Amino acid sequence: MSDDHGHGDKPFLAHHFEDEDHQFDSGKLGIWAFLVTEVLFFSGLFCAYAIYRAMHPEVFTYAARSLDTMLGAINTGVLIFSSLTAAWAVRNAQLGQKKMLVANLAITILCAFGFMGIKYKEYSHKFHLGLYPGNNYAPVEGAFGDHVTKAEEVGFRLEQESDEIEGEHASAELADMNESSEHAGAANEEAHGHGAVKWDDPNMDPETKSQLKVFFGIYYCMTGLHGIHVVIGILLLMWLLTRAIRGHFTPTYYGPIDYAALYWHLVDLIWIYLFPLLYLIN
Amino acid sequence: MSSTSATSTDVHAHIDDDPHHDGHHILPLWVLLGTWGALMGLTVFTVTASTFDLGAFDLPVAMGIATVKAMLVLMIFMHLGFDKGFHSLLIFGSFLFVFLFISFLLIDRGQYQPEISSKTSETLLQGN
Repeated sequence: MSDDHGHGDKPFLAHHFEDEDHQFDSGKLGIWAFLVTEVLFFSGLFCAYAIYRAMHPEVFTYAARSLDTMLGAINTGVLIFSSLTAAWAVRNAQLGQKKMLVANLAITILCAFGFMGIKYKEYSHKFHLGLYPGNNYAPVEGAFGDHVTKAEEVGFRLEQESDEIEGEHASAELADMNESSEHAGAANEEAHGHGAVKWDDPNMDPETKSQLKVFFGIYYCMTGLHGIHVVIGILLLMWLLTRAIRGHFTPTYYGPIDYAALYWHLVDLIWIYLFPLLYLIN
Repeated sequence: MSSTSATSTDVHAHIDDDPHHDGHHILPLWVLLGTWGALMGLTVFTVTASTFDLGAFDLPVAMGIATVKAMLVLMIFMHLGFDKGFHSLLIFGSFLFVFLFISFLLIDRGQYQPEISSKTSETLLQGN
C-alpha cells in the first residue's frame, strides 16, 4: 500500500496517509485544534463585554432596549435547526444516504441565509436609528424606544411602503399607525412612571449617555464577527453540497462533512451565548 | 469518551462491523431530534426567564441555561461524548483558559478601577 501513491480506487485518500482512518483522524484532530483557536479568538470580545458590563451595567440595561428580542430568538431557532440538519447530514454521510445528505446540506445553507437575512434586517433598522458603530454613532431623538422612536419607525415603514400602497389604502394605514403610535406613547409613559431611564432624560448622566456607543461597538463586533463566520460557513457548505451531489462522500470518506459540521456547531455554540448576553438584558 | 486508547489497536480492522469505535459513532435519529427539541425548549425557557426580574440572578440563570445548551451541542451534535477523550481535553482546555482570561481581567479591574476613578485625567498624566 505504501507504494501506491494514488491509493487505487480511493480517489480522496491522500498519498501521505496510510488508510482512510488515518486521514479521518488527522483531519478531526486538525479541526478540533482549529476550533480551540476560534474559541480563544472570540474570547477577547467576551472579555471586552465582561469588563464593560461590570463597569457600566446601566449602559447595557439601557442600550439593550434597542435590540429586538423576538428577532434574536427567531435567529436562535434558525441556527439551532441548522445545527440539527448539519448533525443529520453527518449521519447521512456515515450511512451513505446521498439524497438525504444533499437535502440536509441544502437546508443548512438555507437556514444560514435566513439567519443573515434577519441580521440584515436588524442592522438596517439600527442604522436607520443612527446607531452606527464607532464614531459614526449618532442616534436620532428617541432611538431607544420612546414615543419619538415609534413615530420614526412609522415614518420609515410608510416611506418603504408608499411606492406600493394606493392613496386610499395608505391613509387608512396611516390612521392605523397613528393609533398604534399613540398606544406606544401610552406604554412609554407607563414605563416612564416606573422610573425607566429616558434618552432625553435631563437627569441622565452625560457620561452614561456618551458611553452608550461603546455598547453598540461591542454589539457590532461580536455579532459582526459571528456573522462573518456564518458567511464562511455558507461558502464551505456550498462547496460540500456540490461535492455531495457529485457523490464524493461515502461511509469510509465523509471527513469534510464531519469537519464542516463541527465548525457549524461551534458557530451555533457562540450564538447560544451571544443571544442571552446581548438580547436578554433586563 | 469511555473507549479510548484501549480500542485503538483494533480500530482499523472493524470499520464496517463496529460503528461505535472512536470517531465513527453514528447518532440515532431520535437522539438528534430529541437534542434539537431540548435545545428549542431551553431557548423558550431562557427567553421566558428573562421576562422575570430575578435581580442579581438574571445573568447566572441566563448563562446557566446557555451552558446546558452548549453542553448538549458539544456532547451530542459534536459527538464529543462518543469521541476520543483528547478532543474533549482540547476544547474544554480552551474553555478553561477563557475562564482564566476573563476572571483575571475582572479581578484586575476590580483592584484598580477605584484608584483610577478617584484621579482626574490630569493627575493620571502626571503620574501621581
